[in-house]
Amino acid sequence: MSEHLTILPILLPLIGGLLLLLPPLGTNLVRQRAGALVVAVLTLGCAIALLLQSQQAGIQLYVLGNWQPPFGIVLVADRLSTLLVLLTSVLGLASLLYASAGDDRTGAHFYPLILLQLMGINGAFLTGDIFNLFVFFEVLLIASYALLIHGGGKQKTQAGFHYVALNLVGSSLFLFALGILYGTLGTLNIADMSTKVATLSDGEKVLARAGGLLLLAVFGLKAAMLPLHFWLTRTYASACAPVAALFAIMTKVGIYSIYRVHTVIFGANAGDLAFMAQPWIWPLALLTLLAGSIGALASPNLRELTANLVIVSVGTLLVSVALQSKAATAAGLYYLVHSTLVCAALFMIADLIGQQRGKACDRFVMSRKVRQPALLGIMFFVAAMAVAGIPPFSGFVGKVMLLQSADSTSEMFWAWPAILISSLVTIVALSRGGTTLFWRRSSDKTQADPASPWHIAAVVVLLAAAPLMVVLGGPITAYTAAAAEQLHQVPASLDLLLPGGSS
Amino acid sequence: MEAVYAICVGLLTFSGVFLCLRGRTFPVVMGLTLLSYAVNLFLFSSGRLKLDGAAILGTSYSYADPLPQALVLTAIVIGFAMTAFIVILAMRARADLGNDHVDGRLPPQPEAKPRRKKEHA
Repeated sequence: MSEHLTILPILLPLIGGLLLLLPPLGTNLVRQRAGALVVAVLTLGCAIALLLQSQQAGIQLYVLGNWQPPFGIVLVADRLSTLLVLLTSVLGLASLLYASAGDDRTGAHFYPLILLQLMGINGAFLTGDIFNLFVFFEVLLIASYALLIHGGGKQKTQAGFHYVALNLVGSSLFLFALGILYGTLGTLNIADMSTKVATLSDGEKVLARAGGLLLLAVFGLKAAMLPLHFWLTRTYASACAPVAALFAIMTKVGIYSIYRVHTVIFGANAGDLAFMAQPWIWPLALLTLLAGSIGALASPNLRELTANLVIVSVGTLLVSVALQSKAATAAGLYYLVHSTLVCAALFMIADLIGQQRGKACDRFVMSRKVRQPALLGIMFFVAAMAVAGIPPFSGFVGKVMLLQSADSTSEMFWAWPAILISSLVTIVALSRGGTTLFWRRSSDKTQADPASPWHIAAVVVLLAAAPLMVVLGGPITAYTAAAAEQLHQVPASLDLLLPGGSS
Repeated sequence: MEAVYAICVGLLTFSGVFLCLRGRTFPVVMGLTLLSYAVNLFLFSSGRLKLDGAAILGTSYSYADPLPQALVLTAIVIGFAMTAFIVILAMRARADLGNDHVDGRLPPQPEAKPRRKKEHA
């Protein structure tokens, strides 16, 4: 059993999703709900077991069909991927909890789609093969297309068409890049590619550089890097709350892929092509931070504000990619986990506030009082403090670690002001929004229904991370440091990743 | 052969990109389809172009790389599903929004020139 643990986070949601479509479960929403929750809990259990196993026994290699790498398909569970699989499972569970309160009624096949999306995300994190990365990207994307328009409505169709068209162009670019890289390197296994890059001839190097940078553009589109981020705000703001919360990890899939491709394949051992994306990532990271901050100040409602905060978090993570050191990657991973959970929580809180404010929804205008000002206020306050990076919560630790990892003066000169000013802007935008949402009341006395316990449970699961990640800061930072070490030291684990030698 | 192939891929990509930048959903869908054709041809060529090469061992003296063929097959299947989805989405958008513009609303029409009044009629 334990040898097959690596593939379970992919298989469980897949089989679960299919079973939920079939008669005994598929005919009844309550059974579907229970089934999906069971599958999500099982996946979470597997993710925890896999994380412990990969921590104790080192990198787990799962060779599908026993075709030895570099020729067959492999799944690789190292510290980085298991951490992200765990994060996805927690987020998936919270999203299902939230949806159980009634958002699942507004459209068909909500639970199977969520589970298939979880399968795609877990697969993208676990695969050790760049073509399978493409396949899992498509799986998670096609599920996300359907989830985005879940519930229907003009706004969703409109945002949905942009999202689908953009991502289809992105997929074409991905395949072009794969074609170029396979044509020059002759392999698609990530570990094998990393050994081949340094041995290319001059002509092939130009092609490989083009392929690598095309991949950066594709991952930049998924991650919402600056010139490619315009789709994000509208898409995330129009999706329904549990879906938007789950989407919070999709930008991180892009960031993960940039880490994987541009530190492993085009990393320190790539000869002339080492760190070739860095000159591009630096300015784009800073500009993404700037664009996200300006967007946050200009947002008319809390959902769009949160979507812009997602862009800010992507910018911060790109700074950690651009810094390239192990310390920066470790800080980036910590920040990645924190920002995913908190942004997801903010999407849910925005929806809760919107439900209780009647017609004004979550727009920053005067409106009737929310039904549960204390509960929602505390949730919003904790999430806002965490996302802005104010001391007792996890955002602070993540940002401090990231600031500390900039060693040279020029790095500090660019990274520090960008991150600090974006945090300040976040505080300004959130406090402006929060005061309007909670304190500018009209005389309308109608009362909305209080939030359902499912809603509160989901938000609490996500928000608990903010203090917990500080309390458990020691073990978590040690873990992310070890994950960064593993990511930067691929040659050390090559024997394990390529037992049959390179092709 | 290489030149014809390259020109073919290039032309398809060019047409695909051009159509993707149009304002109505139908040309955009056509553009995405052409792009996926271009991608499939391009992927196929990444194993080098070869005439009369067999992809299975033991059947011939000259062999072609089988991997790109498998990749193209996967890409075709995925491309097919995605095209089907976006066609349906475009039709849904046409029904929901009342027009087939990609932004969901028609750009403001330039105002027609006011007709000159006949003053001495």
